[in-house]
Amino acid sequence: MLRADFPLLVKNPGLHYLDSAATSQKPQVVLDALRDFYETANANPHRGAYALSVRATECYHQARVRIAQFLGVRDSDCLIFTRGTTEGLNLVAGSWGYANVSNGDEIVVTALDHHANFVPWQVLAIRKGAKFRICELTSDGKIDLDFLSGLLNRRTKVVAFNHVSNAIGTINPVAEVARLVREKTDAILVCDGAQSAPHFPVSFDSLGVDFYAFSGHKMLGPMGIGGLIGKREMLEEMPPFQTGGDMIEFVHDDRTTWNVLPHKFEAGTPNAANAVGLAAAVEYLDNIGMDRVLSHERALMSAAQKRLAAIDGLHIYGPPPSERSGVLSFTLGDVHPHDIATILDGEGVCIRAGHHCAQPLMRRLDVMATARASFYVYNDESDIDALVAGILKAREIFGYVPA
Amino acid sequence: MPPGRSAAEIGALYQEMILDHYRRPRNKGTLENPDASVEIKNPLCGDEIGLQVAFDGDSVSDLKFSGRGCSISQASASMMTQLVKGKSAEEIDSIKKQFRDLMMGVSSAADDPRLGSLRALSGVARFPARIKCALLAWNALESALAERA
Repeated sequence: MLRADFPLLVKNPGLHYLDSAATSQKPQVVLDALRDFYETANANPHRGAYALSVRATECYHQARVRIAQFLGVRDSDCLIFTRGTTEGLNLVAGSWGYANVSNGDEIVVTALDHHANFVPWQVLAIRKGAKFRICELTSDGKIDLDFLSGLLNRRTKVVAFNHVSNAIGTINPVAEVARLVREKTDAILVCDGAQSAPHFPVSFDSLGVDFYAFSGHKMLGPMGIGGLIGKREMLEEMPPFQTGGDMIEFVHDDRTTWNVLPHKFEAGTPNAANAVGLAAAVEYLDNIGMDRVLSHERALMSAAQKRLAAIDGLHIYGPPPSERSGVLSFTLGDVHPHDIATILDGEGVCIRAGHHCAQPLMRRLDVMATARASFYVYNDESDIDALVAGILKAREIFGYVPA
Repeated sequence: MPPGRSAAEIGALYQEMILDHYRRPRNKGTLENPDASVEIKNPLCGDEIGLQVAFDGDSVSDLKFSGRGCSISQASASMMTQLVKGKSAEEIDSIKKQFRDLMMGVSSAADDPRLGSLRALSGVARFPARIKCALLAWNALESALAERA
């Protein structure tokens, strides 16, 4: 029973945490790794000549190698540590985008994207006078590949999309998207991996995209650490995103030269402790096995789908459960998702209610908000029982009226 | 204290009066010739509220609200429109301050008869995540009053 590995869940036996798409709980091994770093290795990496700083540097380096291995990146210097997915995507837009997109070029995103993979590109397009184009979706909430194909042309410079939708769970066909884009454009492919890296095996080297961003806190790691993986030849060509300490080679009075990868993109004191914590998290996930993580979530998802679909007035968004990752997004008649979430809170059930930072998608679904339950390694059938009981309670309090 | 809310707190939040205003909102719609018209959004949840106000001198002579939202934001808007109709800007300002206090859990506010039916929203104070919902209509009214001034 994995729940026993998570101190917060152990301390709150009645808690049913179904909001892992927002952030995951942390296993004891991750908390221990953080503490151990601060108790045995804490110094500023890459700075001191003394042994302790060397140890901090080594811990930070090993963390990068371990996480790169987990995500199928042979060249671990191409994994840049960031605060999370948002910063990784902003790095690509702010560095590659500003250097390479010009007036009249085109940038493509999808209606499924999280604001973090939508707004940076929208802002870039406005600043550069580029066309900002949105790929529409099929009726069951998948990227419409025909529509995408129609958008692509020689002026397309960027195609940004998510591997998995945080709002409705759609798993996007990365290989097919990549094939289309390579066939018709010279665009870079930028993949938001915030909801895929935590939930099934991902190998960057065979994924077929140029950039992949992820967040540590959604995959059992600490908050404030994540990464951007990019192809070496592109990262080397790109100008720095932020400047300052650690990212320089030499600072002249009138100009500065840049450090090598990955340091060029990691200005300032690195987040070494959290990198070490994230390395412990991927070690934990590997010990379970990402295939087992996936099958566990699949089983929970199909059980939850069956039971929720049987509730009169409950509508589930997105493709069938076999084509979704661990996210179940729903509405219940005219009961507002925030009210559902508050009533579920009364039953100890934590879900997310709102637009899920995906307002373009909400408009297309013609809803203001949805309620979203998301599953992870520590969830089991009892969480689904509590979810169903809470939804029935919401219906009782509100006296269900079809929307 | 463990996370999660007690059934009693949930019951206190979703009182009959709140559900009634949610199901049958008062003063919902639009005015033909408003003196002030505002639309504000709750960035947290995407809920929107539109508010149209007609003035007679210094007083609110009529007002209507529109938009979609949760039971708390809709009930709060509905009750607010009933309460402030016919009141002066100064009276409204003072009621608004009391209502904010009520949301912050100031117990004296719960006994203020000027708040009328709005006192049914006192349970919101126990749900910090929902206070914004209850204040949305009041923020719209504040903007409408400022627009006129």
